[in-house]
Amino acid sequence: MRNTLIIMKRELGGYFATPVAYVFIVVFLVLSGVLTFYLGGLYESEQASLQSFFGLHPWLYLFLIPAISMRLWAEERKQGTIELLMTLPLKAGEVVFGKFLAAWIFCGIALALTTPTWITINYLGKPDNGVILASYLGSFLMAGGYLAIGAALSAISKNQVIAFILGLVACLLFMLIGYPPVRAFYSGVLPPAVAATISDFSFLTHWDAITRGVIDARDFLFFASLIAVAMFANAVVVDAKKAD
Amino acid sequence: MLEIRNLTKHFGPLKAVDGISFRVDRGEVLGFLGPNGAGKSTTMKMATGFLTPTSGTAVICGHDVQQDPLGAKNKFGYLPEGAPAYPDMTPAGFLEFIAEVRRIPTERRKARVEEVVRLVHLENVMHQRIETLSKGFKRRVGLAQAVLHDPEVLILDEPTDGLDPNQKHEVRTLIQRMSQNKAIVLSTHILEEVEAVCTRAIIIARGKVLFDGTPAELADRGPLDDVFRRITTGAQTALS
Repeated sequence: MRNTLIIMKRELGGYFATPVAYVFIVVFLVLSGVLTFYLGGLYESEQASLQSFFGLHPWLYLFLIPAISMRLWAEERKQGTIELLMTLPLKAGEVVFGKFLAAWIFCGIALALTTPTWITINYLGKPDNGVILASYLGSFLMAGGYLAIGAALSAISKNQVIAFILGLVACLLFMLIGYPPVRAFYSGVLPPAVAATISDFSFLTHWDAITRGVIDARDFLFFASLIAVAMFANAVVVDAKKAD
Repeated sequence: MLEIRNLTKHFGPLKAVDGISFRVDRGEVLGFLGPNGAGKSTTMKMATGFLTPTSGTAVICGHDVQQDPLGAKNKFGYLPEGAPAYPDMTPAGFLEFIAEVRRIPTERRKARVEEVVRLVHLENVMHQRIETLSKGFKRRVGLAQAVLHDPEVLILDEPTDGLDPNQKHEVRTLIQRMSQNKAIVLSTHILEEVEAVCTRAIIIARGKVLFDGTPAELADRGPLDDVFRRITTGAQTALS
């Protein structure tokens, strides 16, 4: 755990040493703000809820999270620092988890900076703050899920563009299998039990449940186990491919 | 202290390293010589556990790098080829990070970092980002990182590459000063370096050891350049 924290600290410092972090945060805040009010029609709906805000998150994350995760390992490979890192007395799992934690905390900071939207909605009306809190928590977990998948895929390539596209496609797949039109399509062809299992693997299925205010531990557990599985895969890939 | 046992690495049909064995004891500075592509870096990558060998292993202070990688990694300092370091960090931040990973106690950390920084002359660039440093300074940051925990075994892949003659001289003096209580392996393709710092030289080409002896024995065979060429190209004709 100590080593994980050392790695996390170094990584997190790295985000703020370059403009990358600030660009990401600004883009995230502008997009989530603009889209919530214009595309999401926050005013027009005349409801004191952040449904339109949170509804955007899976789609925003689809593009923004792979932009963070792509550099996690691809950059180490390109700079050659992976050789330094993997010959220090550290376990692959400690490094993998430390890097993930730093990226996740960074996403958490970006997410926390959207609280003015929450304050606005409380000023305008009386939203169900319990649902909003659960949605924030769910959004953070979902970001972790995207990140963990992206991080594992970043370990495959030394090219950041390839890492970005792989991450995006993988996350898109995890989303689309729960997207209603797609779900309707395969539900018509496959046996109900199989179709339900497939949609249970989608971010969207669990995310919708969380944002509707249905607090079910299983939805949170889904994201937690997804992160765990992706981290494990990440450690295996790093260990096997570190010197390639 | 460092024992290389029959290390072999195949990349597809290519035998990059073909059954290399040697040992280095305390007080020895082993020069690892060979033309480019001879397998020097590959051998070092395997000795440090970065690359998994096709067969054979390395034992560092009694720790098998395959069986007990963490035990072995605690015992050596390693300067990888090209001296990689995080470009966004400053040498100060980078060495602090290495000191934490190497578990140098907090109360001794500052003094130890200062000591090593003085040793490799990094004082004036401590708060400059590593990406803005010249090749010579980057190499010295890599050296500082490798010796920070005062390891018993030092593995240095081309420690003087890219340095100017003065810097080369400084690094060689540094290596000599450290050699009394360490086992040091350094790879190079600069022949004069062997005479300047090494107590022993190994010449490899095409993944095989072709010469193992003292620099004096090597010099006895004639001018270094000629001897080197004879040994390494002789191997080529023998193989083809």
